[in-house]
Amino acid sequence: MIKTDICIIGAGPVGLFTVFEAGLLKMRCHLIDALPQIGGQLSEIYPQKPIYDIPGYPEIKAQELVDNLMDQIKPFDPTFTLGERVENLEKQEDGSYIVKTSDGTQVHCQVVAIAGGLGCFEPRKPEIEGLEDFEGKGVAYMVKNPETYRDKKVILAGGGDSALDWTIYLADVAERVTLIHRGDTFRGAPDSAEKVFELAKEGRINLILQSNISSISGNGHLKNVSVLGKDKESRELEADYLIPLFGLSPKLGPLANWGLNIDKNAIEVNTFDYSTNVERIYAIGDINTYPGKLKLILCGFHEAALMVQSAFKYVYPDQKLSFKYTTVYGVNAF
Amino acid sequence: MITITVEDRNGETRDIELPTDVNLNLMEALKASEYNILATCGGMALCATCHVQVLEGMEKLSPAEDAELDMLDTLFDADADSRLACQLRINEAMDGLKVKIRGDEH
Repeated sequence: MIKTDICIIGAGPVGLFTVFEAGLLKMRCHLIDALPQIGGQLSEIYPQKPIYDIPGYPEIKAQELVDNLMDQIKPFDPTFTLGERVENLEKQEDGSYIVKTSDGTQVHCQVVAIAGGLGCFEPRKPEIEGLEDFEGKGVAYMVKNPETYRDKKVILAGGGDSALDWTIYLADVAERVTLIHRGDTFRGAPDSAEKVFELAKEGRINLILQSNISSISGNGHLKNVSVLGKDKESRELEADYLIPLFGLSPKLGPLANWGLNIDKNAIEVNTFDYSTNVERIYAIGDINTYPGKLKLILCGFHEAALMVQSAFKYVYPDQKLSFKYTTVYGVNAF
Repeated sequence: MITITVEDRNGETRDIELPTDVNLNLMEALKASEYNILATCGGMALCATCHVQVLEGMEKLSPAEDAELDMLDTLFDADADSRLACQLRINEAMDGLKVKIRGDEH
């Protein structure tokens, strides 16, 4: 089991900066994020977009801000669990918590800080009847291990970059790759699109355009995929695997069931210290709500600073907190 | 002021009045009218959670730029009448537009 002082759920900018503010008070942090990389939506959605309202930076690219935050918190040696979703929080007799993830990781902490932004990013699932029944039985929403598909019949669906990239990659691995796309063009990445059209021309993949999956079937495991074209022509394809790739969308997920007061998909907090209605659980950044709330990174930073002052009493119950400026005392690494 | 007809995810339809002089886009206007729109990216045409289907008045809208078309391409339920509400700046020409909300819910 991982042991830490503060377990931060969400490794976006606010979660990352919490490590710094906690570190100044000698509290250690472990961060958990459902995405496989740090940075939250800054890295996932808009890494190259400039942000203009970070104090002291007239302009900074989202990914640069994440990189800078990582540099800033380095002295406090944070640890990470990435690509796992927090499923539940178990309160211990002494008031501390054990945080459990989808993959069975357990983190023991004194305080939980939810910095979950808009929720966990989860794959968008197309509306196909019975799709969920075949999850893990031929249907997957991401390619975890390409070797799974070696010498298999694989159908990918989607028109974005990841659909193109995996089509190209799996063309050399699978027995047969079929890409199904609703439109007749791919606008995202011209190079990948060109390569996909080339592979189709050479007969190395099946490319089915202007079509959607209408139904799937199988006996315990996926076997057939029906495709309906815009011309109303229907066709049946044999498939061992179907990988729908339609991007990610944030969902509030399991935290809706943790007994926290929630209003319109956000956690209600007390602005005194950004505590929730449950002792030792705080919520900061875009995930919280209070009168006058603004979803700004800079507001999340402020919330993190106040939150750790309040969390101190749970981590060091016998010590008195004294506030110290970094200009006077510097940053003392762990 | 202009009037836009909005059909929500449950098929309920109502007219909303929108000012044209406050520099709003349709995503912001829908959120302000209490519609549940995620708008993950805040309006940069980078998440497609403000996907709307234009039921009437496509000709009233300025054509989609590449960034918007790229994002629409990643959706499974987008079609020729799909737009991203964040890319539609409210203006006089949009009076009488009718849209259906399609984007992801929480």
